[in-house]
Amino acid sequence: MSDRAVSPLAGAESSGFAKVSEAGLRGMITLRGDLADAGFAGAVKAVTGCDVPGRREVVEQGGKGVAWMSPDELLVMVPHAEAEAAVAQLSQALAGSHFLAVNVSDARAVFTIEGAGAREVLAKLAPVDLSPEAFGAGQIRRTRLAQVPAAFWLSGEEVFTLVAFRSVAQYVFDLLTVSAKAGSEVGFLAR
Amino acid sequence: MSTRLATQGRLINRDKRLEFTFNGKRLQGYEGDTLAAALLANDQMLVGRSFKYHRPRGILASGSEEPNALVNLGEGARLEPNQRATTTELFHGLTATSQNHFPSLEFDIGEINNSLARFLPAGFYYKTFIHPRFAWKHVFEPFIRQSAGLGKAPKEADADRYEHFYAFVDVLVIGGGVAGLQAARAAGEAGARVLLIEQEPHWGGRAPVDGAVIEGKPAEDWVKDTLQALEAMENVTLRNRMMGAGVYDHGYALGYERVADHIPGSDLPRHRLWRIRAKQIVTATGAIERPLSFAGNDIPGVMLATAVRDYVVNYGVSPGDRTVVVTNNDDAYRTALCLKRAGLDVPMIVDVRPLVTSPLATEALQAGIRVETGKGIAKVKGRKRVTGVALCLQAGEGSVIEEVKCDAVAMSGGFSPVVHLWSHCGGKLIWDEANAHFRPDPARAPTGAQGEAFVVTAGMASGAMTTGEVLADADAAGKAAARAAGFTPRRFAAPKAAEEPSEPMAPVWMMPQGASYDLRMKMWLDFQNDVKVSDVQLAAREGYESVEHTKRYTTLGMATDQGKLSNINGLAVLADALGEDIPQVGTTTFRPPYTPISMGAIAGEARGEIFQPLRRTPIHGWHEAHGAHWEPVGHWRRPYAYPKAGETVEEAVHREVLNTRRRVGLLDASTLGKIVVKGPDAGRFLDMLYTNMMSTLKVGRCRYGLMCNENGFLSDDGVVARIDEDTWLCHTTSGGADRIHQWMEEWLQTEWWDWKVYVANLTEQYAQIAVVGPDARHVLERLGGMDVSKETLPFMGWQEGKLGGFDARVFRISFSGELSYEIAVPASQGLAFWEALMEVGEAYGMQPYGTEALHIMRAEKGFIMIGDETDGTVIPQDLGLHWAISKKKEDYLGKRAQARSFMDNPDRWQLVGLETLDGSVLPDGCYAIGEGTNANGQAEMFGRVTSTYYSPTLGRGIAMGLVHNGPQRMGEVIRFGTPDKSFVEARIVDPVFYDKEGEKQNV
Repeated sequence: MSDRAVSPLAGAESSGFAKVSEAGLRGMITLRGDLADAGFAGAVKAVTGCDVPGRREVVEQGGKGVAWMSPDELLVMVPHAEAEAAVAQLSQALAGSHFLAVNVSDARAVFTIEGAGAREVLAKLAPVDLSPEAFGAGQIRRTRLAQVPAAFWLSGEEVFTLVAFRSVAQYVFDLLTVSAKAGSEVGFLAR
Repeated sequence: MSTRLATQGRLINRDKRLEFTFNGKRLQGYEGDTLAAALLANDQMLVGRSFKYHRPRGILASGSEEPNALVNLGEGARLEPNQRATTTELFHGLTATSQNHFPSLEFDIGEINNSLARFLPAGFYYKTFIHPRFAWKHVFEPFIRQSAGLGKAPKEADADRYEHFYAFVDVLVIGGGVAGLQAARAAGEAGARVLLIEQEPHWGGRAPVDGAVIEGKPAEDWVKDTLQALEAMENVTLRNRMMGAGVYDHGYALGYERVADHIPGSDLPRHRLWRIRAKQIVTATGAIERPLSFAGNDIPGVMLATAVRDYVVNYGVSPGDRTVVVTNNDDAYRTALCLKRAGLDVPMIVDVRPLVTSPLATEALQAGIRVETGKGIAKVKGRKRVTGVALCLQAGEGSVIEEVKCDAVAMSGGFSPVVHLWSHCGGKLIWDEANAHFRPDPARAPTGAQGEAFVVTAGMASGAMTTGEVLADADAAGKAAARAAGFTPRRFAAPKAAEEPSEPMAPVWMMPQGASYDLRMKMWLDFQNDVKVSDVQLAAREGYESVEHTKRYTTLGMATDQGKLSNINGLAVLADALGEDIPQVGTTTFRPPYTPISMGAIAGEARGEIFQPLRRTPIHGWHEAHGAHWEPVGHWRRPYAYPKAGETVEEAVHREVLNTRRRVGLLDASTLGKIVVKGPDAGRFLDMLYTNMMSTLKVGRCRYGLMCNENGFLSDDGVVARIDEDTWLCHTTSGGADRIHQWMEEWLQTEWWDWKVYVANLTEQYAQIAVVGPDARHVLERLGGMDVSKETLPFMGWQEGKLGGFDARVFRISFSGELSYEIAVPASQGLAFWEALMEVGEAYGMQPYGTEALHIMRAEKGFIMIGDETDGTVIPQDLGLHWAISKKKEDYLGKRAQARSFMDNPDRWQLVGLETLDGSVLPDGCYAIGEGTNANGQAEMFGRVTSTYYSPTLGRGIAMGLVHNGPQRMGEVIRFGTPDKSFVEARIVDPVFYDKEGEKQNV
């Protein structure tokens, strides 16, 4: 009943020196297994069209993607309506091996932070080197956003995608909004 | 008189007047003034009262070392106490009041303490603790509480906002004087990512005031050029109004940026706390001038010589018309010359050194200033303001040779490098005989994880004393830091400065050196905490040999200025009293922050709505719209009850219980932990985690299980469902989900890493809703979809399918004793599903119920609750849960602990039901009182209440409790103590109060 499915903040938006938006529902699958195994990589490729990313990396293409989460865990991303089918497809492909594939789409809230100041918005909340030299396209950080866990990566030149837990969606949105408040640009990362 | 001069004032803009008030008096200053400069310009030398003796205190310094000029700044929601006037930038509309006086600054009753000074010696507080015993509580404490304390605590919530910022750099340079600028330049030219921070609003430090000449131009021009060069570098960031507050392990440093202190109400974050990771840290923190210890050195009008110069040159303010300069070094001559050039009178330079022939001395003589060598000040005359000084021989005992009229005294006791940041993380110091100061020992720097030095000092902070030495040292420091951070420094030479020849200084710790006791008890070491030379000497006589003990006994250096001016002088006096060398006595520990930082900056963004994360279920908004009375459960908010109009919360709870028992109720159970465990070894893993067997559970079935820690104590409970051959779904308590997930990962990663098991926390993936009550099945049938009959979905079974078109997993489990279904749907559909249930349930009188109704219904059934019946010291056996402990299993976590003699023992407090004889509700947590008293003279206790409620179903109070040997005492009546010291009698009964056979849930 995907027509009754709602994202936690109904696409809430705010703007300051960066634009913050709740990005709606996204299909996400926690996939655990042997990342080095060829069969595993093949299953990931078949579902997403993407290769298994390296350590702290993410690949995205055509609305699908794969993010490295830990030495034995990936986050597989597909359109929300396709998540259950993707779990089934992965489970079938990996049957017989030791793996775990579970739909975690609804356990998450997804945000985008856009604009020249996006890096500084995140740098107020996460202990991560967000300078362009240190953090570029294709990288992902699982980290802490103030008091909650989060992960983020660059989806475009000045666009970050951020994933957090659904129950704290409002907290995360409020954090990002207050950090992006106009006038509070730090002027350290974007000079 | 202190006043504004017609000329000078390089930092002020005379075209822009600013109005401000001090103690309600309307005053004027200029843009660029500090509050201290503006106060002096208005002849407001008296700014406060001292902490202990309430002596009149004036402005002493011009920077962050100021001990006296602390004010209450702002009003209402922007009131902040203990703000240093010397580092507060003046802004239009500033309001300040002085501190620690009653009834007024000019006339203060507490000043009587001053006459009692003989009776308030060092260690006064400690002595009052013991002599006589009764006096502390009844006499001294009330008195001290009344008189102690500096500023007022604000009463309103802070109106401002604050934030943090994480920065990563190659080289952090702390201090923006000429040393910091040169170090940043050298590191920047090497290509390092550099952050240069300066606590003041302006750059260049004191070099421009001191008249330094660098590369043939005045320091001011060199600073301007260097700033320009730095600003042009992409890899260098300059931040002023930002203090290096602390240096910590692994190159971590805190920067305290005062973003909007000088523009209040601007809607900017007031302070920003920078949390910096630097590969290398350069501390170019300069030096602080030391006061001299002579009698009356705390009388308003006595100031540091460099501060006097700062006020004249930077702000065009003269601290007095006639200033006597007293010194043990050449630098103070610059102050005398500066005053003379400003057209002010310098009646005399008093120099302790017997012979002075340096160029500065010659210049002073040529300027017509009388220089008295080999002399000291016997005492300062005046009370609220200096009126003169009495001259004596430094080598003598203080016989007055001559009295000189003056209204200010500029003193200089030499310079101490600011070693605080170097020392925070373990940098060591060496004693420099020539300059009589501690300076950093470059051979013993703070070290990182690989043992490598990560802090280097630059300029005066290293102990360099002339501009030339400062620049050479800073250039080398910048290059060394860049090199250590992996860059290759350029081969540019350090800038050259004009020579500054001088005579050696002479260490002087007391003036005159043979001063009598009467003089010594008027020689202030710590101006803020009122510690004098005589106090430190007394401490030494009373046996305080360690500088750390003396510090605490006398409170030397324990005020808000952390002894920036007093520590070295104090320990020199201590060393002298102990007959030891200064380096043997050593320094006290330097701790961050360098100067106090605001609580707001530490909290950052965490206030108001985002003080803490609030976890919301997908149905949270509905609960809110339907008047939920909330209960915090971990970071979640759960509805406690849904009171209707005109209904109390308690009435609502009773209604919800009865409606659920008689008809049907609805509970948002989404917060329940849901952890999936999968793999060939998952069954074996769960058999170790739970006390009972989980590997034998059949697919499609559920089983209640208990988890214990290694010590055998009950840690969590919940229902486990077997999903397929190698997958189980473990439900945990709401508060336990994250902890149990972590617990599982820990065992899998550290002990059983070779077991093939994966776990994932799916708590938030599902909205879980309990439909509970005799009509529960009818409601689901009306929703349509999967067969929920007893035959297809029996008690303790689960099924997956469609319900009302929703993707649902339905568990036939019951925490209420009623016919009950717990239904999980994807969280995104949770609200729609809840609303669909409410719609079809209406025909059956379905009502939502909250956590309190849930608690009552589980207590009526005798079900335990983790956190109520358990407290970390309770084993399952205490709770009569033997049936849930497998005897067949070889091992499980906690098994061995539960076999220890004091655990496997009937002589423990064990779970029973309790019924008061009068039907009342027992107070929560109250104790069963026995006969007699224990060894501590307390009443003997042999049990306590763990859960207690009014049961609307039974119409009486029911309770559960842990009672010594409880299950063997059925029917016995015992007494419980209540908070009002009366007793309630209760009978020990079976903990299951309702439907003992369990027929209702199994229909």
